[in-house]
Amino acid sequence: MKYNHILIRYAELALKGKNRKEFEKKLQDNLKFALYSFPESKVQRTFGRMFIELNGEEENRVSERLKDVFGIHSFSPSLKIDLNQDDINEAALWAVRDALPNESGTFKVTAKRPNKAYPIRSQQLNYDIGSHILRNTSGLTVDVHNPDVEVKVEVRQEAAYIMCKTIKGAGGLPIRTAGKVLLMLSGGIDSPVAGYFALKRGVELEAIHFHSPPFTNERAKQKVIDLSRVLTKFGGSMKLHIIPFTDAQQAIHQKVPDKYEMTIMRRFMLRIAEAAAKKNGAIGIVNGESLGQVASQTLDSMYTINEVTNMPIIRPLVTMDKLDVIKVAKDIGTYDLSILPYEDCCTIFLPPQTKTKPNREKANLYEKELNIELYVQDAIERMETIKITPNSEVDKEFEDLF
Amino acid sequence: MIYFDNSATTKPYKEVVETYIKTASEYFGNPSSLHPLGKASERLLNQARELGATYLNVLPKEVYFTSGGTEGNNIAIKGTARLHKSRGRHLITTNIEHPSSLEAFQQLESEGFEVTYLEVDENGVITTNQVAAAIKSNTILVSIIHVNNEVGSILPINGIGQLLTNYPKILFHVDHVQGFGKVPLRFYEDKVDLCTISAHKFHGLKGNGILYIRDGVRVEPLMSGGKQERGNRPGTENVPGVVAMIKALRLSLQASKKNVESMEKMNRWIEKECFDLDGVVINSPTMRAPHILNMSVIGVKPEVVVQALAEKDIYVSTKSACSSKQSEPSKVLEAMGFDNDRSSTSIRLSFTYENTMEEAMLFVQAFSSTVETLKKVVEKK
Repeated sequence: MKYNHILIRYAELALKGKNRKEFEKKLQDNLKFALYSFPESKVQRTFGRMFIELNGEEENRVSERLKDVFGIHSFSPSLKIDLNQDDINEAALWAVRDALPNESGTFKVTAKRPNKAYPIRSQQLNYDIGSHILRNTSGLTVDVHNPDVEVKVEVRQEAAYIMCKTIKGAGGLPIRTAGKVLLMLSGGIDSPVAGYFALKRGVELEAIHFHSPPFTNERAKQKVIDLSRVLTKFGGSMKLHIIPFTDAQQAIHQKVPDKYEMTIMRRFMLRIAEAAAKKNGAIGIVNGESLGQVASQTLDSMYTINEVTNMPIIRPLVTMDKLDVIKVAKDIGTYDLSILPYEDCCTIFLPPQTKTKPNREKANLYEKELNIELYVQDAIERMETIKITPNSEVDKEFEDLF
Repeated sequence: MIYFDNSATTKPYKEVVETYIKTASEYFGNPSSLHPLGKASERLLNQARELGATYLNVLPKEVYFTSGGTEGNNIAIKGTARLHKSRGRHLITTNIEHPSSLEAFQQLESEGFEVTYLEVDENGVITTNQVAAAIKSNTILVSIIHVNNEVGSILPINGIGQLLTNYPKILFHVDHVQGFGKVPLRFYEDKVDLCTISAHKFHGLKGNGILYIRDGVRVEPLMSGGKQERGNRPGTENVPGVVAMIKALRLSLQASKKNVESMEKMNRWIEKECFDLDGVVINSPTMRAPHILNMSVIGVKPEVVVQALAEKDIYVSTKSACSSKQSEPSKVLEAMGFDNDRSSTSIRLSFTYENTMEEAMLFVQAFSSTVETLKKVVEKK
């Protein structure tokens, strides 16, 4: 015997009133996409619940994949069994053994019988199935209050479903239900995590990266591509916009006093990000700023830098501790990539001292020296857009080698 | 030419050699170099790893490139035993392992490890129960060959893997060098922690292999050096060999899907024909890999049969290539309980996807006449 279905429970969707149907549909699409590499599996939606038919796909691996899909509160591998009491008993026994392989521990049976045509009532079902399990195992006992395993049996019209395990899902909302945002992706530890949290609230994500050759090298760019690919695990295919930033950065370095260099550079980045967002239909910007973490992220800095845009800036990490961010980065698989030691555009030309309390007046004053419009426009014109898909594809130039 | 020695090595696919040449001449940068040439090599290597992982149905970070089967077996066996020796010093393997495993175990014995060599039955297999019975509280590694290289017997990897799920502290290594592309092995489903394969057994080039190390499992490297292959296998990466291997992996998996059945048919047919020959006995068990057939010509030195067939442009081998230069009886056949007459006269045929029924017929013809002639010469006295 083998689990042949997985039951999906929604997170938060109950709150969404009239939109519920649309959200469900989106989640179904997202699931189909997430299970792309399990071609036999099918996602079914009936009577307000969602099922995955495994059709022979390995339950463990499908479950692993489901843990990355937002909008799922929890899910349970289940056995779909014909309406025949002997088969139901056997299946329940198998499921208990699967959940407690050493045959020691406690269980209880919870039967539900929405199909009133089925001859055995639920109380009797509890008793019959429980007895069958006790008779055929040695070390198991019943505990109806705190069982190690709850054997849920649902007798429905079409079949009976048996479940023993409940696996926690990723929570959040199905991606692409909340509008499009642009993530400022540097390649450090924070920004991919910020992207992850934004995705968790159901956004559609695109990313922007500032590249300053020859001061930042190809590997730094590759790293950002690889990080984006990790994010596609949660958000599906996405666009990555690479901004050539060398000219602007050099100009800032020449014209702006050391202490304000970082502040002005950030203001430029934000302006360019806003322009890129508008061009791509995004209506918000996400970044990995955390309050007070570094000089550019003090409240004064944020206040000064934020002046240049009206677009909502989402800062999922704003109140998080660095260690907590690192933990998430490790969990979602971006940490190992993020710590690869390549320079990004924030660390080159780093002045010896950066103003931790910059103000808007001075920032505006120093920027008068620079032709802001020109740099923003030029950056957008030369922007390179890369489509990142979950399945890493072989580069064109290598194709004939493989 | 009829080449029936594919378990010794296979002929590399033409496309694989082309890939090697192109990669070696165009992407010669060191993957660790910072400049674009190095970057290109690194990128190529990473993509090779990703593709290889896809073909093997594992994660890229679980794929480690090695120099081949011997190195893979050595890293897997010595690397895990030495790293976990504080946890226990008992290891389990079989008495029909390839020399690269066997010798590694013997070396570990001299370092103070205790090794249980499970004995195979007359069919060249062990049972899951034998493994279960051998497990002790201080067992840290079980290493089993999947398909034996001399007789083609298939060991119950799935059963052993399932058994070992009850012992989370025992690692499970599978020597899959002979089995790859011929007898399917599912790393995750069969609960394998480490698995060795070698490129030149599936039409890649010599000097390349893959060691699969499940995510979370650690080994102690055998060599000291740089951080290549996450420190487990230092040394500048053999990028052209790796890329060629990944190509061979794809091509042979495709060929395997198409041709394994016909290979098995051919194997069975030759077995049937040779079984009827006077003085020839079949050593391979009935349940075996589709590409190996082992038999003995009683009373005739196997080297002589190999030579006589070679004169007719037919290539087979005596036992395994790695021990064929010693004229001792085959340890594997002895382990299966065959007497000296049989275990010192064995011939191994090993096939690949491209071998045809026509070749099989020509072989049987040539073989029967060779056996007849040689028997006459030998029995005259």
